[in-house]
Amino acid sequence: MKANIYWFELRRKRNSLLIWSASIALVALLYMGLFPTFADYAAVLQETLKRLPPEYLEAFGMAGVDLSSVTGYYSFVFTFLQILLALQASNYGFGLIAVEEGQMISDFLVSKPVTRAQILTSKLLAAFTALTLTNAVAWASSFIFVEMFREGRPYDAHPMVLMLGSIAIFQVVFLSLGLAFSLLVRRVRSVAPYGLMLSFGAYVLNAFGDLLGDVKLELITPFRHFDPTYIVRNNAYDMPLVGLSVAMIGISLAFSYWRYIRHDIPAVV
Amino acid sequence: MRIIEVEHLTKYYGKARGIEDVSFQVEEGEIFGFIGPNGAGKTTTIRLLLALIYPTRGRARIFGKDVFRYGPEIRQDIGYLPGEVFYYERMKVIDLLKYAASFYPRDCTRRMHELAEYMELDLNRRVDELSYGNRKKVGIVQGLMHNPRLVFLDEPTIGLDPLMQRRFFDLIREENARGLTVFFSSHILSEVQRLCHRVAIIREGRIVEIADMETLIRNNYKKVRVVARDLDPAYFDLPGVTHLEHTNHTVHFFYRGDINVVLRRLSALNLTDVTIEEPTLEEIFMHYYQRDES
Repeated sequence: MKANIYWFELRRKRNSLLIWSASIALVALLYMGLFPTFADYAAVLQETLKRLPPEYLEAFGMAGVDLSSVTGYYSFVFTFLQILLALQASNYGFGLIAVEEGQMISDFLVSKPVTRAQILTSKLLAAFTALTLTNAVAWASSFIFVEMFREGRPYDAHPMVLMLGSIAIFQVVFLSLGLAFSLLVRRVRSVAPYGLMLSFGAYVLNAFGDLLGDVKLELITPFRHFDPTYIVRNNAYDMPLVGLSVAMIGISLAFSYWRYIRHDIPAVV
Repeated sequence: MRIIEVEHLTKYYGKARGIEDVSFQVEEGEIFGFIGPNGAGKTTTIRLLLALIYPTRGRARIFGKDVFRYGPEIRQDIGYLPGEVFYYERMKVIDLLKYAASFYPRDCTRRMHELAEYMELDLNRRVDELSYGNRKKVGIVQGLMHNPRLVFLDEPTIGLDPLMQRRFFDLIREENARGLTVFFSSHILSEVQRLCHRVAIIREGRIVEIADMETLIRNNYKKVRVVARDLDPAYFDLPGVTHLEHTNHTVHFFYRGDINVVLRRLSALNLTDVTIEEPTLEEIFMHYYQRDES
Protein backbone atom coordinates (compact mmCIF):
# COMPACT_ATOMS: atom_id res chain seq x y z
CA MET A 1 0.00 0.00 0.00
CA LYS A 2 1.29 3.45 -0.94
CA ALA A 3 -0.15 6.38 0.99
CA ASN A 4 0.23 8.84 -1.90
CA ILE A 5 -1.72 6.64 -4.32
CA TYR A 6 -4.38 6.00 -1.67
CA TRP A 7 -5.00 9.69 -0.96
CA PHE A 8 -4.87 10.61 -4.64
CA GLU A 9 -7.44 7.97 -5.55
CA LEU A 10 -9.64 8.86 -2.59
CA ARG A 11 -9.65 12.53 -3.55
CA ARG A 12 -10.60 11.61 -7.11
CA LYS A 13 -13.67 9.87 -5.69
CA ARG A 14 -14.85 12.91 -3.76
CA ASN A 15 -17.60 14.03 -6.16
CA SER A 16 -18.89 10.57 -6.85
CA LEU A 17 -18.88 9.86 -3.12
CA LEU A 18 -20.99 12.96 -2.43
CA ILE A 19 -23.48 12.08 -5.14
CA TRP A 20 -23.91 8.44 -4.08
CA SER A 21 -24.19 9.31 -0.39
CA ALA A 22 -26.75 12.02 -1.13
CA SER A 23 -28.74 9.56 -3.25
CA ILE A 24 -28.72 7.00 -0.44
CA ALA A 25 -29.91 9.58 2.09
CA LEU A 26 -32.55 10.87 -0.33
CA VAL A 27 -33.97 7.41 -1.07
CA ALA A 28 -34.09 6.65 2.67
CA LEU A 29 -35.86 9.96 3.29
CA LEU A 30 -38.42 9.60 0.49
CA TYR A 31 -39.37 6.00 1.27
CA MET A 32 -39.44 6.41 5.04
CA GLY A 33 -41.44 9.59 4.49
CA LEU A 34 -44.18 7.46 2.95
CA PHE A 35 -44.27 5.17 5.96
CA PRO A 36 -46.89 7.04 8.08
CA THR A 37 -49.39 6.95 5.20
CA PHE A 38 -48.53 3.32 4.55
CA ALA A 39 -49.01 2.30 8.16
CA ASP A 40 -52.35 4.15 8.44
CA TYR A 41 -53.79 2.22 5.58
CA ALA A 42 -52.04 -0.99 6.58
CA ALA A 43 -55.20 -3.09 6.80
CA VAL A 44 -56.42 -2.07 3.33
CA LEU A 45 -52.94 -2.47 1.97
CA GLN A 46 -52.47 -5.98 3.33
CA GLU A 47 -55.81 -6.95 1.69
CA THR A 48 -54.63 -5.61 -1.65
CA LEU A 49 -51.25 -7.26 -1.39
CA LYS A 50 -52.87 -10.62 -0.64
CA ARG A 51 -54.59 -10.48 -4.00
CA LEU A 52 -51.31 -10.02 -5.88
CA PRO A 53 -49.50 -13.11 -7.14
CA PRO A 54 -46.95 -14.35 -4.60
CA GLU A 55 -44.14 -14.34 -7.21
CA TYR A 56 -44.70 -10.64 -7.68
CA LEU A 57 -44.46 -9.97 -3.95
CA GLU A 58 -41.40 -12.12 -3.72
CA ALA A 59 -39.76 -10.19 -6.53
CA PHE A 60 -40.21 -6.88 -4.79
CA GLY A 61 -39.28 -8.06 -1.35
CA MET A 62 -42.81 -7.75 0.03
CA ALA A 63 -43.66 -11.39 0.68
CA GLY A 64 -44.07 -12.52 4.26
CA VAL A 65 -43.21 -9.08 5.54
CA ASP A 66 -45.60 -6.96 7.56
CA LEU A 67 -45.30 -3.64 5.80
CA SER A 68 -47.23 -1.89 8.54
CA SER A 69 -44.47 -2.61 11.07
CA VAL A 70 -41.46 -0.33 11.21
CA THR A 71 -38.94 -3.13 10.69
CA GLY A 72 -40.97 -4.79 7.94
CA TYR A 73 -41.35 -1.55 6.07
CA TYR A 74 -37.68 -0.72 6.53
CA SER A 75 -36.65 -4.05 5.04
CA PHE A 76 -38.60 -3.05 1.93
CA VAL A 77 -36.78 0.33 1.86
CA PHE A 78 -33.46 -1.43 2.41
CA THR A 79 -33.81 -3.30 -0.88
CA PHE A 80 -33.65 0.04 -2.70
CA LEU A 81 -30.62 1.09 -0.70
CA GLN A 82 -28.99 -2.20 -1.67
CA ILE A 83 -29.54 -1.50 -5.37
CA LEU A 84 -27.81 1.87 -5.06
CA LEU A 85 -24.98 0.44 -2.99
CA ALA A 86 -24.46 -2.38 -5.48
CA LEU A 87 -24.38 0.10 -8.37
CA GLN A 88 -21.82 2.30 -6.66
CA ALA A 89 -19.60 -0.60 -5.65
CA SER A 90 -19.66 -2.24 -9.08
CA ASN A 91 -18.90 1.10 -10.74
CA TYR A 92 -15.90 1.50 -8.48
CA GLY A 93 -14.82 -2.05 -9.23
CA PHE A 94 -15.03 -1.63 -12.99
CA GLY A 95 -13.41 1.78 -12.78
CA LEU A 96 -10.53 0.82 -10.50
CA ILE A 97 -8.05 -0.20 -13.19
CA ALA A 98 -9.96 -0.45 -16.43
CA VAL A 99 -10.85 3.20 -16.92
CA GLU A 100 -7.25 4.31 -16.64
CA GLU A 101 -6.13 1.61 -19.00
CA GLY A 102 -8.89 2.54 -21.43
CA GLN A 103 -7.70 6.14 -21.39
CA MET A 104 -4.06 5.04 -21.68
CA ILE A 105 -2.95 6.76 -18.52
CA SER A 106 -1.74 3.73 -16.60
CA ASP A 107 1.78 4.22 -17.98
CA PHE A 108 2.01 7.20 -15.67
CA LEU A 109 1.46 5.09 -12.57
CA VAL A 110 3.08 1.81 -13.55
CA SER A 111 6.33 3.48 -14.66
CA LYS A 112 6.77 4.92 -11.16
CA PRO A 113 8.84 3.08 -8.55
CA VAL A 114 5.93 1.01 -7.20
CA THR A 115 4.87 -2.59 -7.60
CA ARG A 116 1.62 -3.41 -9.31
CA ALA A 117 0.41 -5.08 -6.13
CA GLN A 118 0.98 -1.80 -4.27
CA ILE A 119 -1.00 0.06 -6.92
CA LEU A 120 -3.91 -2.36 -6.76
CA THR A 121 -3.96 -2.52 -2.95
CA SER A 122 -3.88 1.28 -2.61
CA LYS A 123 -6.67 1.69 -5.13
CA LEU A 124 -8.76 -1.03 -3.50
CA LEU A 125 -8.35 0.55 -0.07
CA ALA A 126 -9.27 3.98 -1.44
CA ALA A 127 -12.41 2.55 -3.04
CA PHE A 128 -13.22 0.66 0.15
CA THR A 129 -12.85 3.83 2.20
CA ALA A 130 -15.23 5.66 -0.13
CA LEU A 131 -17.71 2.79 0.13
CA THR A 132 -17.40 2.78 3.92
CA LEU A 133 -18.21 6.48 4.06
CA THR A 134 -21.31 5.78 1.97
CA ASN A 135 -22.06 2.90 4.32
CA ALA A 136 -21.90 5.30 7.27
CA VAL A 137 -24.36 7.60 5.49
CA ALA A 138 -26.69 4.62 5.00
CA TRP A 139 -26.57 3.84 8.75
CA ALA A 140 -27.09 7.42 9.83
CA SER A 141 -29.86 8.27 7.38
CA SER A 142 -31.67 4.98 8.09
CA PHE A 143 -31.82 5.55 11.85
CA ILE A 144 -32.57 9.27 11.55
CA PHE A 145 -35.45 8.81 9.12
CA VAL A 146 -36.87 5.77 10.93
CA GLU A 147 -36.92 7.80 14.14
CA MET A 148 -38.43 10.75 12.32
CA PHE A 149 -41.29 8.92 10.63
CA ARG A 150 -42.16 5.99 12.91
CA GLU A 151 -44.51 8.28 14.88
CA GLY A 152 -44.14 6.37 18.14
CA ARG A 153 -44.70 2.93 16.64
CA PRO A 154 -42.45 0.42 18.43
CA TYR A 155 -39.69 -1.43 16.58
CA ASP A 156 -36.90 -3.89 17.17
CA ALA A 157 -33.57 -2.39 16.17
CA HIS A 158 -31.82 -5.76 15.95
CA PRO A 159 -32.86 -6.81 12.41
CA MET A 160 -32.16 -3.29 11.22
CA VAL A 161 -28.65 -3.47 12.64
CA LEU A 162 -28.22 -6.85 10.94
CA MET A 163 -29.30 -5.43 7.57
CA LEU A 164 -27.08 -2.37 7.85
CA GLY A 165 -24.26 -4.53 9.17
CA SER A 166 -24.36 -6.60 6.00
CA ILE A 167 -23.57 -3.59 3.78
CA ALA A 168 -19.79 -3.78 4.08
CA ILE A 169 -19.48 -7.34 2.72
CA PHE A 170 -22.22 -6.65 0.18
CA GLN A 171 -20.25 -3.68 -1.18
CA VAL A 172 -16.97 -5.54 -1.28
CA VAL A 173 -18.53 -8.42 -3.27
CA PHE A 174 -19.62 -6.01 -5.99
CA LEU A 175 -16.36 -4.09 -5.85
CA SER A 176 -14.24 -7.21 -6.29
CA LEU A 177 -16.56 -8.80 -8.87
CA GLY A 178 -16.50 -5.58 -10.90
CA LEU A 179 -12.72 -5.48 -10.71
CA ALA A 180 -12.35 -9.13 -11.72
CA PHE A 181 -14.76 -8.75 -14.67
CA SER A 182 -13.06 -5.55 -15.80
CA LEU A 183 -9.75 -7.41 -16.04
CA LEU A 184 -11.39 -10.07 -18.19
CA VAL A 185 -12.82 -7.56 -20.65
CA ARG A 186 -10.38 -6.33 -23.25
CA ARG A 187 -11.07 -2.64 -22.84
CA VAL A 188 -13.64 -0.82 -20.74
CA ARG A 189 -14.47 2.53 -22.32
CA SER A 190 -17.21 3.53 -19.94
CA VAL A 191 -17.95 2.12 -16.54
CA ALA A 192 -21.69 2.80 -16.33
CA PRO A 193 -23.05 0.08 -18.67
CA TYR A 194 -20.89 -2.61 -17.05
CA GLY A 195 -21.75 -1.46 -13.54
CA LEU A 196 -25.43 -1.45 -14.40
CA MET A 197 -25.22 -4.87 -15.95
CA LEU A 198 -23.53 -6.40 -12.92
CA SER A 199 -25.68 -4.82 -10.21
CA PHE A 200 -29.05 -4.99 -11.96
CA GLY A 201 -28.21 -8.41 -13.29
CA ALA A 202 -27.63 -9.59 -9.74
CA TYR A 203 -30.80 -7.86 -8.54
CA VAL A 204 -33.01 -9.28 -11.27
CA LEU A 205 -31.55 -12.74 -10.77
CA ASN A 206 -32.51 -12.57 -7.11
CA ALA A 207 -35.96 -11.09 -7.75
CA PHE A 208 -37.02 -13.44 -10.52
CA GLY A 209 -34.70 -16.36 -9.86
CA ASP A 210 -37.48 -18.23 -8.12
CA LEU A 211 -39.35 -18.34 -11.39
CA LEU A 212 -36.57 -20.42 -12.89
CA GLY A 213 -37.84 -23.34 -10.86
CA ASP A 214 -35.39 -26.03 -9.87
CA VAL A 215 -32.28 -24.28 -11.16
CA LYS A 216 -30.94 -22.58 -8.06
CA LEU A 217 -29.00 -19.99 -10.03
CA GLU A 218 -30.22 -17.19 -7.79
CA LEU A 219 -28.04 -18.53 -4.98
CA ILE A 220 -25.02 -16.85 -6.54
CA THR A 221 -26.34 -13.31 -6.28
CA PRO A 222 -25.28 -11.23 -3.26
CA PHE A 223 -28.84 -9.82 -3.15
CA ARG A 224 -29.92 -13.30 -2.10
CA HIS A 225 -27.05 -13.70 0.36
CA PHE A 226 -28.21 -10.60 2.23
CA ASP A 227 -31.94 -10.81 1.50
CA PRO A 228 -33.64 -8.34 3.88
CA THR A 229 -36.84 -10.38 4.10
CA TYR A 230 -34.83 -13.39 5.25
CA ILE A 231 -33.05 -11.27 7.84
CA VAL A 232 -36.32 -9.85 9.20
CA ARG A 233 -38.10 -13.20 9.25
CA ASN A 234 -35.25 -15.01 11.00
CA ASN A 235 -33.63 -12.13 12.84
CA ALA A 236 -30.33 -13.63 11.61
CA TYR A 237 -28.12 -13.91 8.52
CA ASP A 238 -28.29 -16.86 6.18
CA MET A 239 -24.80 -17.94 7.18
CA PRO A 240 -23.99 -20.46 4.40
CA LEU A 241 -24.90 -17.84 1.79
CA VAL A 242 -22.88 -15.14 3.58
CA GLY A 243 -19.98 -17.60 3.40
CA LEU A 244 -20.58 -17.84 -0.35
CA SER A 245 -20.23 -14.07 -0.64
CA VAL A 246 -16.99 -14.15 1.30
CA ALA A 247 -15.70 -16.93 -0.97
CA MET A 248 -16.66 -14.88 -4.05
CA ILE A 249 -14.66 -11.95 -2.67
CA GLY A 250 -11.65 -14.18 -2.06
CA ILE A 251 -11.76 -15.71 -5.52
CA SER A 252 -12.26 -12.47 -7.43
CA LEU A 253 -9.56 -10.63 -5.49
CA ALA A 254 -7.07 -13.46 -5.92
CA PHE A 255 -7.83 -13.57 -9.64
CA SER A 256 -7.57 -9.78 -9.95
CA TYR A 257 -4.15 -9.59 -8.31
CA TRP A 258 -2.87 -12.50 -10.34
CA ARG A 259 -4.15 -11.01 -13.57
CA TYR A 260 -3.19 -7.39 -12.90
CA ILE A 261 0.36 -8.22 -11.88
CA ARG A 262 0.97 -10.37 -14.96
CA HIS A 263 -0.87 -8.54 -17.70
CA ASP A 264 0.57 -6.16 -20.28
CA ILE A 265 -0.46 -2.56 -19.72
CA PRO A 266 -2.27 -1.56 -22.92
CA ALA A 267 -0.78 1.17 -25.08
CA VAL A 268 -1.62 3.13 -28.17
CA VAL A 269 -0.82 1.00 -31.16
CA MET B 1 29.45 0.69 -16.37
CA ARG B 2 26.67 -0.73 -18.46
CA ILE B 3 23.39 0.98 -17.72
CA ILE B 4 21.18 -1.09 -20.03
CA GLU B 5 21.84 -4.66 -21.14
CA VAL B 6 19.33 -6.31 -23.42
CA GLU B 7 19.73 -9.93 -24.52
CA HIS B 8 17.61 -11.60 -27.16
CA LEU B 9 14.54 -9.71 -26.07
CA THR B 10 11.44 -10.85 -27.94
CA LYS B 11 7.87 -9.72 -27.59
CA TYR B 12 4.81 -11.02 -29.37
CA TYR B 13 1.33 -9.59 -28.81
CA GLY B 14 -0.57 -12.79 -29.40
CA LYS B 15 0.53 -13.51 -32.95
CA ALA B 16 1.49 -9.94 -33.79
CA ARG B 17 5.20 -9.18 -33.82
CA GLY B 18 6.45 -6.60 -31.35
CA ILE B 19 10.22 -7.07 -31.39
CA GLU B 20 12.37 -10.08 -32.19
CA ASP B 21 15.71 -11.09 -30.74
CA VAL B 22 16.78 -7.57 -29.81
CA SER B 23 20.18 -7.26 -28.10
CA PHE B 24 22.14 -4.13 -27.26
CA GLN B 25 23.98 -2.34 -24.48
CA VAL B 26 23.97 1.24 -23.34
CA GLU B 27 26.95 2.57 -21.41
CA GLU B 28 26.75 5.06 -18.59
CA GLY B 29 26.74 8.67 -19.78
CA GLU B 30 25.74 7.84 -23.34
CA ILE B 31 23.05 9.40 -25.44
CA PHE B 32 21.84 6.32 -27.23
CA GLY B 33 19.67 6.80 -30.29
CA PHE B 34 17.06 4.25 -31.22
CA ILE B 35 15.85 4.86 -34.74
CA GLY B 36 13.23 3.20 -36.82
CA PRO B 37 10.00 3.98 -38.60
CA ASN B 38 6.67 3.85 -36.80
CA GLY B 39 5.74 0.30 -35.86
CA ALA B 40 9.33 -0.96 -35.91
CA GLY B 41 9.25 -1.78 -32.19
CA LYS B 42 10.77 1.28 -30.52
CA THR B 43 7.95 1.83 -28.05
CA THR B 44 7.66 -1.90 -27.40
CA THR B 45 11.34 -1.99 -26.41
CA ILE B 46 10.98 0.97 -24.03
CA ARG B 47 7.80 -0.41 -22.47
CA LEU B 48 9.55 -3.74 -21.91
CA LEU B 49 12.46 -2.01 -20.19
CA LEU B 50 9.99 -0.26 -17.89
CA ALA B 51 8.22 -3.57 -17.22
CA LEU B 52 4.94 -2.13 -18.46
CA ILE B 53 4.74 -5.24 -20.60
CA TYR B 54 6.38 -8.64 -20.22
CA PRO B 55 8.63 -10.33 -22.77
CA THR B 56 7.90 -13.50 -24.67
CA ARG B 57 11.60 -14.39 -24.46
CA GLY B 58 14.89 -12.83 -23.51
CA ARG B 59 16.34 -10.77 -20.70
CA ALA B 60 16.90 -7.14 -19.86
CA ARG B 61 18.91 -5.53 -17.09
CA ILE B 62 19.16 -1.93 -16.00
CA PHE B 63 21.83 -0.84 -13.50
CA GLY B 64 22.79 -4.53 -13.50
CA LYS B 65 19.40 -5.68 -12.22
CA ASP B 66 16.71 -7.66 -14.00
CA VAL B 67 13.99 -5.18 -15.00
CA PHE B 68 11.12 -7.58 -14.49
CA ARG B 69 12.18 -8.68 -11.01
CA TYR B 70 13.51 -5.41 -9.63
CA GLY B 71 11.31 -3.00 -11.56
CA PRO B 72 10.19 -0.77 -8.67
CA GLU B 73 13.71 -0.43 -7.32
CA ILE B 74 15.17 0.36 -10.76
CA ARG B 75 12.44 2.85 -11.59
CA GLN B 76 13.51 5.05 -8.66
CA ASP B 77 16.28 6.30 -10.93
CA ILE B 78 14.49 6.25 -14.26
CA GLY B 79 12.63 9.03 -16.02
CA TYR B 80 10.15 8.28 -18.77
CA LEU B 81 8.64 10.52 -21.39
CA PRO B 82 6.01 8.48 -23.24
CA GLY B 83 5.36 9.07 -26.91
CA GLU B 84 1.69 9.70 -26.41
CA VAL B 85 1.15 11.71 -23.27
CA PHE B 86 -2.14 11.00 -21.52
CA TYR B 87 -2.84 12.29 -18.07
CA TYR B 88 -5.63 12.40 -15.55
CA GLU B 89 -8.04 15.00 -16.86
CA ARG B 90 -9.59 17.74 -14.74
CA MET B 91 -6.35 18.26 -12.88
CA LYS B 92 -4.01 21.20 -12.69
CA VAL B 93 -0.52 20.67 -14.05
CA ILE B 94 1.02 21.55 -10.71
CA ASP B 95 -1.09 18.96 -8.88
CA LEU B 96 -0.23 16.29 -11.41
CA LEU B 97 3.48 17.05 -11.11
CA LYS B 98 3.29 17.08 -7.33
CA TYR B 99 1.62 13.69 -7.44
CA ALA B 100 4.35 12.39 -9.75
CA ALA B 101 7.00 13.84 -7.43
CA SER B 102 5.48 12.12 -4.40
CA PHE B 103 6.74 8.77 -5.70
CA TYR B 104 10.39 9.74 -5.23
CA PRO B 105 12.22 10.11 -1.95
CA ARG B 106 14.03 13.33 -2.86
CA ASP B 107 12.36 16.71 -2.95
CA CYS B 108 11.68 17.61 -6.57
CA THR B 109 9.97 20.96 -6.02
CA ARG B 110 12.85 23.21 -7.00
CA ARG B 111 13.84 21.25 -10.07
CA MET B 112 10.20 21.05 -11.12
CA HIS B 113 9.85 24.84 -11.11
CA GLU B 114 13.18 25.31 -12.85
CA LEU B 115 12.25 22.91 -15.62
CA ALA B 116 8.76 24.35 -16.02
CA GLU B 117 10.17 27.83 -16.33
CA TYR B 118 12.81 26.71 -18.78
CA MET B 119 10.25 24.95 -20.98
CA GLU B 120 7.76 27.82 -20.54
CA LEU B 121 5.09 25.61 -19.05
CA ASP B 122 2.24 27.25 -17.15
CA LEU B 123 1.78 25.16 -14.01
CA ASN B 124 -1.64 26.55 -13.17
CA ARG B 125 -3.39 25.41 -16.32
CA ARG B 126 -5.61 22.38 -16.32
CA VAL B 127 -4.19 19.34 -18.08
CA ASP B 128 -7.20 18.92 -20.37
CA GLU B 129 -6.85 22.51 -21.60
CA LEU B 130 -3.31 21.91 -22.81
CA SER B 131 -2.28 21.57 -26.42
CA TYR B 132 -0.37 18.50 -27.51
CA GLY B 133 2.96 20.34 -27.33
CA ASN B 134 2.23 21.58 -23.83
CA ARG B 135 1.35 18.09 -22.68
CA LYS B 136 4.71 17.03 -24.03
CA LYS B 137 6.29 19.68 -21.82
CA VAL B 138 4.48 18.25 -18.81
CA GLY B 139 5.99 14.92 -19.77
CA ILE B 140 9.46 16.41 -20.01
CA VAL B 141 9.26 18.07 -16.59
CA GLN B 142 7.78 14.90 -15.14
CA GLY B 143 10.50 12.73 -16.64
CA LEU B 144 13.43 14.82 -15.45
CA MET B 145 12.45 16.52 -12.19
CA HIS B 146 13.60 13.73 -9.89
CA ASN B 147 17.16 13.81 -11.33
CA PRO B 148 17.10 10.28 -12.73
CA ARG B 149 20.26 8.42 -13.77
CA LEU B 150 18.59 7.18 -16.94
CA VAL B 151 15.83 8.69 -19.02
CA PHE B 152 13.74 7.11 -21.77
CA LEU B 153 12.56 9.59 -24.35
CA ASP B 154 10.03 8.14 -26.76
CA GLU B 155 9.68 10.47 -29.74
CA PRO B 156 10.15 13.46 -27.42
CA THR B 157 10.07 16.29 -29.93
CA ILE B 158 6.81 15.59 -31.72
CA GLY B 159 4.49 18.49 -30.96
CA LEU B 160 7.23 20.86 -29.81
CA ASP B 161 7.89 23.93 -31.94
CA PRO B 162 11.43 24.36 -33.32
CA LEU B 163 12.45 26.81 -30.61
CA MET B 164 11.31 24.44 -27.88
CA GLN B 165 12.94 21.49 -29.60
CA ARG B 166 16.23 23.36 -29.47
CA ARG B 167 15.78 24.21 -25.83
CA PHE B 168 14.92 20.65 -25.11
CA PHE B 169 18.07 19.40 -26.85
CA ASP B 170 20.17 21.89 -24.90
CA LEU B 171 18.54 20.64 -21.74
CA ILE B 172 19.29 17.01 -22.60
CA ARG B 173 22.91 17.85 -23.41
CA GLU B 174 23.25 19.71 -20.12
CA GLU B 175 21.77 16.84 -18.14
CA ASN B 176 23.94 14.41 -20.04
CA ALA B 177 27.03 16.43 -19.15
CA ARG B 178 26.02 15.97 -15.52
CA GLY B 179 25.98 12.23 -16.00
CA LEU B 180 22.45 11.42 -17.22
CA THR B 181 22.26 8.46 -19.57
CA VAL B 182 19.72 9.01 -22.33
CA PHE B 183 17.79 6.49 -24.38
CA PHE B 184 16.41 8.50 -27.26
CA SER B 185 13.89 6.93 -29.60
CA SER B 186 12.95 8.72 -32.77
CA HIS B 187 12.10 8.34 -36.41
CA ILE B 188 13.54 11.75 -37.23
CA LEU B 189 17.13 11.13 -38.15
CA SER B 190 18.43 14.66 -38.21
CA GLU B 191 17.65 15.07 -34.52
CA VAL B 192 19.30 11.78 -33.65
CA GLN B 193 22.29 12.87 -35.69
CA ARG B 194 22.45 16.14 -33.75
CA LEU B 195 22.22 14.61 -30.32
CA CYS B 196 23.27 10.99 -30.06
CA HIS B 197 26.64 9.35 -29.54
CA ARG B 198 25.60 5.92 -30.68
CA VAL B 199 22.60 4.58 -32.56
CA ALA B 200 20.74 1.36 -33.03
CA ILE B 201 18.62 1.03 -36.11
CA ILE B 202 15.53 -1.09 -35.69
CA ARG B 203 13.47 -2.38 -38.52
CA GLU B 204 10.42 -4.64 -38.41
CA GLY B 205 11.24 -5.61 -34.85
CA ARG B 206 14.89 -6.45 -35.44
CA ILE B 207 18.07 -4.50 -34.85
CA VAL B 208 19.82 -4.10 -38.19
CA GLU B 209 22.80 -2.03 -37.08
CA ILE B 210 24.38 -0.64 -33.95
CA ALA B 211 27.19 1.83 -34.45
CA ASP B 212 28.86 4.99 -33.27
CA MET B 213 27.33 7.99 -34.88
CA GLU B 214 30.76 8.93 -36.25
CA THR B 215 31.53 5.49 -37.59
CA LEU B 216 28.13 5.25 -39.13
CA ILE B 217 28.50 8.51 -40.98
CA ARG B 218 32.25 8.79 -41.67
CA ASN B 219 33.74 5.37 -42.03
CA ASN B 220 31.07 3.26 -43.50
CA TYR B 221 29.57 4.84 -46.54
CA LYS B 222 30.61 7.32 -49.12
CA LYS B 223 28.24 8.97 -51.47
CA VAL B 224 29.90 9.22 -54.86
CA ARG B 225 28.80 11.30 -57.81
CA VAL B 226 30.69 11.02 -61.09
CA VAL B 227 30.11 13.19 -64.15
CA ALA B 228 31.70 12.17 -67.45
CA ARG B 229 30.84 11.62 -71.10
CA ASP B 230 29.67 8.18 -72.23
CA LEU B 231 29.61 6.64 -68.80
CA ASP B 232 28.75 3.00 -68.48
CA PRO B 233 27.24 2.39 -65.05
CA ALA B 234 28.36 -1.24 -65.20
CA TYR B 235 31.90 0.09 -64.88
CA PHE B 236 31.15 0.88 -61.22
CA ASP B 237 29.42 -2.36 -60.41
CA LEU B 238 32.01 -3.29 -57.80
CA PRO B 239 31.63 -5.19 -54.55
CA GLY B 240 30.52 -2.65 -51.95
CA VAL B 241 28.62 -0.47 -54.39
CA THR B 242 24.90 0.00 -53.88
CA HIS B 243 22.14 2.22 -55.17
CA LEU B 244 23.82 2.67 -58.49
CA GLU B 245 21.91 5.25 -60.50
CA HIS B 246 22.54 6.64 -63.92
CA THR B 247 21.13 9.85 -65.39
CA ASN B 248 22.47 11.48 -68.54
CA HIS B 249 26.17 11.87 -67.92
CA THR B 250 26.02 11.37 -64.18
CA VAL B 251 26.37 8.25 -62.06
CA HIS B 252 25.43 8.20 -58.36
CA PHE B 253 26.21 5.39 -55.97
CA PHE B 254 26.99 4.51 -52.38
CA TYR B 255 30.23 2.77 -51.60
CA ARG B 256 31.38 0.89 -48.58
CA GLY B 257 34.92 -0.53 -48.52
CA ASP B 258 38.43 0.49 -49.46
CA ILE B 259 38.08 3.89 -51.11
CA ASN B 260 41.27 3.32 -53.18
CA VAL B 261 39.47 0.73 -55.26
CA VAL B 262 37.00 3.36 -56.44
CA LEU B 263 39.72 5.96 -56.89
CA ARG B 264 41.74 3.66 -59.14
CA ARG B 265 38.66 3.13 -61.29
CA LEU B 266 38.01 6.84 -61.45
CA SER B 267 41.57 7.70 -62.42
CA ALA B 268 41.19 5.68 -65.59
CA LEU B 269 38.34 7.93 -66.73
CA ASN B 270 38.23 11.34 -68.25
CA LEU B 271 35.99 13.07 -65.70
CA THR B 272 34.02 16.27 -65.95
CA ASP B 273 33.37 16.34 -62.22
CA VAL B 274 33.44 14.15 -59.15
CA THR B 275 32.26 14.49 -55.56
CA ILE B 276 32.80 12.02 -52.77
CA GLU B 277 30.98 12.93 -49.59
CA GLU B 278 29.60 11.54 -46.38
CA PRO B 279 26.00 10.57 -46.69
CA THR B 280 23.51 12.05 -44.24
CA LEU B 281 22.09 9.71 -41.67
CA GLU B 282 18.88 9.97 -43.62
CA GLU B 283 20.55 8.41 -46.63
CA ILE B 284 22.22 5.68 -44.59
CA PHE B 285 18.93 4.97 -43.02
CA MET B 286 17.12 4.70 -46.34
CA HIS B 287 19.86 2.37 -47.37
CA TYR B 288 19.12 0.02 -44.48
CA TYR B 289 15.48 0.11 -45.19
CA GLN B 290 15.72 -0.57 -48.87
CA ARG B 291 18.41 -3.19 -48.79
CA ASP B 292 16.12 -6.12 -48.28
CA GLU B 293 13.53 -4.94 -50.71
CA SER B 294 15.87 -4.80 -53.68
